[in-house]
Amino acid sequence: MEILLKPWSWYVSGPLIATVLLLLIYFGKTFGMSSNLRTFCAISGAGKYADFFKFDWKAQRWNLTMVLGAIIGGFIATNFLSDGSSIELSPETISDLTAMNFLNPGKNLLPNELYGWESILTLKGFSILAIAGILVGFGTRYAGGCTSGHAITGLSNLQLPSLIAVIGFFIGGLVMTHFIFPLLF
Amino acid sequence: MKFIKFLFVGIFFGIVLVKSEAVSWYRIYEMFKFQSFHMYGIIGSAVFIGIVGIFLMKKYKVNSLDGKPINIPSKEKSFIRYIVGGIIFGLGWALAGACPGPMYILLGAGFYAMFILIFAAMIGTFIYGLLRTKLPH
Repeated sequence: MEILLKPWSWYVSGPLIATVLLLLIYFGKTFGMSSNLRTFCAISGAGKYADFFKFDWKAQRWNLTMVLGAIIGGFIATNFLSDGSSIELSPETISDLTAMNFLNPGKNLLPNELYGWESILTLKGFSILAIAGILVGFGTRYAGGCTSGHAITGLSNLQLPSLIAVIGFFIGGLVMTHFIFPLLF
Repeated sequence: MKFIKFLFVGIFFGIVLVKSEAVSWYRIYEMFKFQSFHMYGIIGSAVFIGIVGIFLMKKYKVNSLDGKPINIPSKEKSFIRYIVGGIIFGLGWALAGACPGPMYILLGAGFYAMFILIFAAMIGTFIYGLLRTKLPH
């Protein structure tokens, strides 16, 4: 039980994520979390504005169930399967973040500087999350998948388009982390 | 009831992503700074096991639960949409530190600011839907 409560190492976590992928394939589905955003748009009536949202979203109910499960899983893991230990970040990461005035890097899963109420109730903090979300939602549909659909499923199935997309993910991520983020904080 | 297995897979997925800290903004930041092997180990070992697993399922012609041969739809051949879409996604991923799976998991973990991110991601998807016929694919 104690082992369960501690953070899990990469060599345990990675194969468990592969299990999710393989189970879904065995169930006749394909792992892809970002498709749900399109489904939410369709349910909200976006089909009135673009044909892209006119599809049989009921065929996606299994994936919406996955979303519900993911929410429950997040709740269970944080409330019943955690011993409250901090994230063991590398010393370089901690000193880089401290230099940008981040308080206690790794104490929680998310930094207060981005996700705390005192941040998101400011224009800057709200805009950062709103812009980040729009980029994620737009980019994932344009690229035809996200981390689960391209990086995990596509690469596991040796698909070239997924490799191109993952290279794109990294170009974008490196530009943000190394060039844009330091301008924001 | 036929969806119950997906509920359990989702719960399992949520637990693994929290316990591996892959839902943490800090881990994503650290990954893009090349300051830790952690995320590379997670993604690398997931893909490695995934490749082996899919290879074996195909080799031994494993049928899915509904009795059909397993089928992973191929992505259409293109370059521009994957690289440009990928870069845009990457910019958002590194800023938010959460991609479309962790968004929901973190909501369950009690970070209600995720509602903003999820709603904004819906808007982003909606904008793509509006512009889709005008974008190069």
